[in-house]
Amino acid sequence: MSGPATVQPSRVTGVQVAAAQRTARSLGRRRVVNTIMLGVMYVAALVAVLPLIFILWHLAREGASSLSLDFFTKMPKPVGEEGGGMANAIVGTLVLLGIASAIGLPIGIGAGLYLAEQRGTRLANTVRFLSDVLNGLPSIVMGIFAWQFLVRPLGHFSAAAGGIALGAMMIPLVTRTTEEMIRLVPVSLREAALALGYTRWRTSLAIVLRTALPGIVTGALVAVARIAGETAPLLFTAFGNQFWSLSLDEPTSALPLQIFSYAISPYDDWHRLAWAGSMVLIGLVLVISLISRFVTRSRFGGGGD
Amino acid sequence: MTQPSQGSVMGGAPSGAPPATVPGAIAGSSPGDRVYRVITTAFAWAVPLLLALITLEVVLAAWPAFRTFGFDFLTSSEWDEVRGNFGAAPMIYGTVVSSVLALILATPLALGVAIFLSEFAPSWLRQPVAFLVDLLAAIPSVVYGLWGIFVLLPVLREKVMPFLATTLGLGNTPFFSGPAYGPSMLAASVILAIMVLPYISAVSREVLMAVPRSQREAAMALGATKWEMIRDAVVPYARSGIVGGIILGLGRALGETMAVTMLIGNRHEISSSLFAPGYTLASVIANEFAEATTALHTSTLMACGAVLLAVTLVVNVIARWLVWQVSREGR
Repeated sequence: MSGPATVQPSRVTGVQVAAAQRTARSLGRRRVVNTIMLGVMYVAALVAVLPLIFILWHLAREGASSLSLDFFTKMPKPVGEEGGGMANAIVGTLVLLGIASAIGLPIGIGAGLYLAEQRGTRLANTVRFLSDVLNGLPSIVMGIFAWQFLVRPLGHFSAAAGGIALGAMMIPLVTRTTEEMIRLVPVSLREAALALGYTRWRTSLAIVLRTALPGIVTGALVAVARIAGETAPLLFTAFGNQFWSLSLDEPTSALPLQIFSYAISPYDDWHRLAWAGSMVLIGLVLVISLISRFVTRSRFGGGGD
Repeated sequence: MTQPSQGSVMGGAPSGAPPATVPGAIAGSSPGDRVYRVITTAFAWAVPLLLALITLEVVLAAWPAFRTFGFDFLTSSEWDEVRGNFGAAPMIYGTVVSSVLALILATPLALGVAIFLSEFAPSWLRQPVAFLVDLLAAIPSVVYGLWGIFVLLPVLREKVMPFLATTLGLGNTPFFSGPAYGPSMLAASVILAIMVLPYISAVSREVLMAVPRSQREAAMALGATKWEMIRDAVVPYARSGIVGGIILGLGRALGETMAVTMLIGNRHEISSSLFAPGYTLASVIANEFAEATTALHTSTLMACGAVLLAVTLVVNVIARWLVWQVSREGR
């Protein structure tokens, strides 16, 4: 008898009454809807993962059979000749990534330090917002920028122009990851250093930046992996090259450019090389993603992402 | 310069720090601090300056075309390389249609994944599924293009397109008419949908995670089922952030270049049929740059880039603003 009596007084608001009436009316139907919708979510998650599995499977099947030592050491061969590799494209990609890192890493890390340390200022909020916006700009626009900035004035394509386009893409990526990694450093560490008489700049560089370094390094690696696969900004900057080139002032080949031109060619041999090249690119991305997952999680002990 | 002496004190016994340096450190007035601050501030300024520089250079590259064609550039669908008459209407149409269709395909899936991951995925599934979906964003665009050419196109041409046109009888409608070659607006939209899915789902998941626990508990306490809790308490709270994520995905789709260039068929025509080839603003630049012989043709391609830049700037500003709104409230 006392059961209902104690429940009754708590049902005071209209919302609760409505909820209670709904509960009584159609609990069975609501349970069915609940089960169906949760099932739909499961299926959505499954379907979303499927394309990735298909892509990786095809890459492994088509790429593995064409991947050999020659791919890494030989030059591209003319149509009709068997074999050949992408040695010059791999070196070209490394050169481009080097230039891009030389531009993107210092600026990105410096800006990230500023964002983390001057958190509330108007400039920090603006920079954070704009780097997110910059991050969302199409990569081909970066190519146009570098073309107008360097290729057109000089009158020829160059590795330097490609590197600038990729470096511009790197800056917002590195800025944001650096900021996030520095924010993960406990404030107490900074305070301890200051209390011991460290100046602010020494504290920032020797204590905070150093503590966050593994995270920043992985962030940089992830940024490098992302721009390593970019093709669009290189189409009219680095342009591509059939031959060896280590000069920054000459057009250079790059792995994604080579994959593109081989993929749209009509020759089976070249298609195979394109698959092999894609597998190398994906392998790079996969390894770096796994490393970054491992490092950020073990370092900061977070269960989240 | 007091810097070296301070440095040696820090390196040595902290307890022996002369009192004179301590107030200096607190006020942040040491010369080293000022230099450090100036340098990091300069790096921070680099980001807005870069954005301004990009905008300036792209507009400069596009200027000859804009001056020649004026406003007609956006509405004309002529593309005559010999006479030098260029209009971007088919590209604008193709960009909008392929992106919107991609969003229609990707959004329900992306939201499903985001809700699944934030609300009720078993913990052993959460990490791997999130990792796999995020990995979709890491695959280079050319690789999507390659996979699209050799795997997706044959499937679309032999299975999906005949199914839509014949089995479902949609072949009579203007949207699914014409021969099914493969490279088409539909193919581009499907690949775009796969490519933007991780962006939408990542932002949505982040926003859903920011919904306060009390919101969920209140709904559960009122006797709501899990689905009712999600529908009535969680999603409405995160709505503007989710919309931001979708718009962010739109920005990605609008500017995606390589995979679309490889799959859309590249033709300067507006066709209502999704089976017909088309063009986008980004793919016309990628496809025609190498064969552009006149300065005007090149500038026209850059003008397509400028239009794309303007649109994606607006789209991204709106999206980021919406997402920020929610994640700030949640914290």
